[in-house]
Amino acid sequence: MDSLDRRRTQPAQTNAEAPLRETASQTAGPYVHIGCLPNAADVRGIYSNDLTVNRILPNAPITISGKVFEGDNIICKDVMLEFWHADETGCYDNGIWHRSITNSTSGLFSINTQMPGKTKTGEGKWLAPFVSVWITARGINLGLLTRIYFPDHESVLHEDPHMNLIPESRRLTLMAKLVNGGYYFDIHLQGPNETVFFDV
Amino acid sequence: MDRSKQNFSKRDYSAQPKANYPDYRSTILRHQGHKLVALPQTLADTKGPVFGHMDLGANDDDLIINYASSGKSAIGERILVTGKLLDETGAPVPNALIEVWQANGGGRYRHKNDGYLAPLDPNFGGCGRCLTDREGNYVFRTIKPGAYPWPNGGNDWRPAHIHFSIFGQGFAQRLITQMYFEGDPHIQICPIVQSIGDARAVNQLVARLDMAQSVPMDLIAYRFDLILRGPNSTVFENKTGGH
Repeated sequence: MDSLDRRRTQPAQTNAEAPLRETASQTAGPYVHIGCLPNAADVRGIYSNDLTVNRILPNAPITISGKVFEGDNIICKDVMLEFWHADETGCYDNGIWHRSITNSTSGLFSINTQMPGKTKTGEGKWLAPFVSVWITARGINLGLLTRIYFPDHESVLHEDPHMNLIPESRRLTLMAKLVNGGYYFDIHLQGPNETVFFDV
Repeated sequence: MDRSKQNFSKRDYSAQPKANYPDYRSTILRHQGHKLVALPQTLADTKGPVFGHMDLGANDDDLIINYASSGKSAIGERILVTGKLLDETGAPVPNALIEVWQANGGGRYRHKNDGYLAPLDPNFGGCGRCLTDREGNYVFRTIKPGAYPWPNGGNDWRPAHIHFSIFGQGFAQRLITQMYFEGDPHIQICPIVQSIGDARAVNQLVARLDMAQSVPMDLIAYRFDLILRGPNSTVFENKTGGH
């Protein structure tokens, strides 16, 4: 038995026992804004700038906006979304990242960005341009990954090796619509129009 | 080693919470009916956004004072939360952004939708962020958050917890989770925690009292190590296989 003095000063054992496994996810909860985009959610005075402010692009010709729906077609107003995509030349070294929340009144999210370029698989096959989207919120225990594709690249999509791994009847859930000069992309967490989510 | 050129190992879903866990009522309308569609990884998954010190403010890692008036500090048990960010092979993940957010000492969030009886603390905002160092170490100061009741259809209370958001080296490592405190009896009866069916994975979310790191007459330390997905060893085998 260790002496009391030793027990009162000893280092903690790690909480992560071997063999190491990825830490379990937990929901971001209803107040994710405080931690991730406080100023955008009117929680002011903690950070002078939200993390996204340093990421605003000088040249961002396209907008992507949309809403997130839970079951029964209810609009979710407490979601955080992150967007990650290649630059216009298809390069990820200076990949483009954005974060947005669904508006607490309208439920709309929106980003201004560039059209990503075509990229390649590890085997050198062309992939149609896409934006990775990661979604967290109350009631989502493990962040959800989906992709936004664009109607401009329909011809490339027919030969896209990833698109061919998705059941044909569900592919349209990944396609943005061109509305009034901007891209519009709704996300359905469940129901007949459930968006395709990925395991990578 | 440049991890961005490697694939990550497959996610071990046995250590992850169920998407549909009706005892946590909000999952009922937000879980998926379809299975996830498996895709091979590309640079979209193995690369990710990079953050640096210029993204952070001077007191971002000190929640005790980062919202407080000059000379004031937040009310609550003063704690230091520290640990290592590693991947599943035990390799440190350096220069990774960790963001945290939490309720105040009474269990109230500084958020317009939180109307709990406990008062706001005028000197506590409730969020912080830091970067891991070259060995994957991170540290921040805060106050221990209070437990609080939440609407889930019954008499539901959250264990005291701190939310963590972690960026690894690739977007496929992106993780949001919660840290709990050793000895909290709410952990075993919280539906959000128990949506993880694996007891060892739950235990991994519980920070340990760390007397060696505690600062006498100042701060109680808790150790909380975080593990991200590791590199896929089979990719390495293919490279050396020479076929």
